[in-house]
Amino acid sequence: MNVPRHWREQVRRYRLLGSKCCDCEEISFPYRLVCPKCRSRKCEDYALIGKGKILSFTDINSPPQEHKYNMPYAVALIGLVEGPIITAQITDARAEELEIGMDVEMVTRKIMEYNEDGIICYGYKFRPIVKYAHP
Amino acid sequence: MKPNKSVGIVGYGVYIPKYRIQNTEIARVWGNDPNLVPIREKSVPGSDEDSVTIAIEIARNALKRAGIEPKDLKAVWIGTESKPYAVKPTSTIVAEAIAATPFVNAADWEFACKAGSETVQACIAYVGSGMANYALGIGVDTAQGSPSDALEYTAAAGGAGYIIGSSKESLAVIESSVSYVTDTPDFWRRQHEHYPKHGNRFTGEPSYFKHVINCSEALMDELGTNPEDYDYAIFHQPNRKFPLEVAKILGFPKEKIMDGLISPYIGNTYAGSALLGLASVLDISKEGDRIFCTSYGSGAGSDSFSIEVTDKINDRRANAPSVKSYIERREEIDYARYARYRKKIRM
Repeated sequence: MNVPRHWREQVRRYRLLGSKCCDCEEISFPYRLVCPKCRSRKCEDYALIGKGKILSFTDINSPPQEHKYNMPYAVALIGLVEGPIITAQITDARAEELEIGMDVEMVTRKIMEYNEDGIICYGYKFRPIVKYAHP
Repeated sequence: MKPNKSVGIVGYGVYIPKYRIQNTEIARVWGNDPNLVPIREKSVPGSDEDSVTIAIEIARNALKRAGIEPKDLKAVWIGTESKPYAVKPTSTIVAEAIAATPFVNAADWEFACKAGSETVQACIAYVGSGMANYALGIGVDTAQGSPSDALEYTAAAGGAGYIIGSSKESLAVIESSVSYVTDTPDFWRRQHEHYPKHGNRFTGEPSYFKHVINCSEALMDELGTNPEDYDYAIFHQPNRKFPLEVAKILGFPKEKIMDGLISPYIGNTYAGSALLGLASVLDISKEGDRIFCTSYGSGAGSDSFSIEVTDKINDRRANAPSVKSYIERREEIDYARYARYRKKIRM
């Protein structure tokens, strides 16, 4: 169990907090100290809105031990509306319910637990957008 | 009880997990009569959901309706009896996830099913005293019922949260509130136990009914109101029967109860129960509607609130999902998947 490693990254994982280049405005996730486009070292925090589309996905049936409670689950490449492409678990839907091009939204969920006595790691997953209408 | 400064609900948010198990499925597994089950179905949290993740969704929905910045919150208080950690606050994780940290008061509140309404009452005092402009109180649970126990039919997951602020900015003004508590051992869970115990029929008359009735009557006496003055009433809903019975005793007709009675479709969300019922009424109410709401928590006690809806409800209601939309978002699961999701199967 590496508590400091998790703690260092947790805020970015809870909130989907990336970075924006102060020079060329390139948005990155995960956070970059150096802009991957213009190499500027002036990057600031940027909260992504957590919406995107599934670009590709796969079904995981033999997960690592720490993800066994969730199996089977899908992992997708998601094109965020701000531009970055990220890899994330899909929740609240199985692979057979997904389609390439489907709109998805970020939710903060339990990613893994370090046994019964360790810390619980929360972070981003994505799910098909919850559609709602008011009565 | 009224604060010095008039306060109200600036925003509210709810969340209910999508999985449902039918009561007839639980009866099938334990060989009970499917015709004698207390409700239709209950919500079940997914394998990656707990009180923290549900509270985060509630808080984000409440912020969408309130239209304020997370940093404006001066309190994030979570009422729950299903804390993921025995020691370590649920509220700090939620406050961090919604970007309300670090200059915010965060705490977990405990009072069985009354823990959520307690946070709302504390928010009223916090804002009403002038210490904070906005405070968030959430009632949430992923309630545990012991396998085959009567509570297994109703112990559900979900919750609701309320951002309290100045009445001038509110979609509903809180007129007054009252608390009523006694030491009544009707339901408890000892340290290190997985499941609660309860006093069977003792949970009725000397517990639920006594506290809900006395608290509700005390608030109406204080305000000089009676059931005819209210358009809707919500009472803590451990099942379908109790809130209907208590409403009848207090003199509230059934038609004022039904819009806030959601336990038949999602079960008893414990600390979220009365607060979810209130949200369900706010989802359909209009300016000038008066709402009466009384929670109940074992151990035991009640909080009663008298609330009047303002015209601001119209602009904010549609900014987040309604209770109905979460009730309709459902996937039925069998007892085996329920047992897996609730970690009744150890791996």
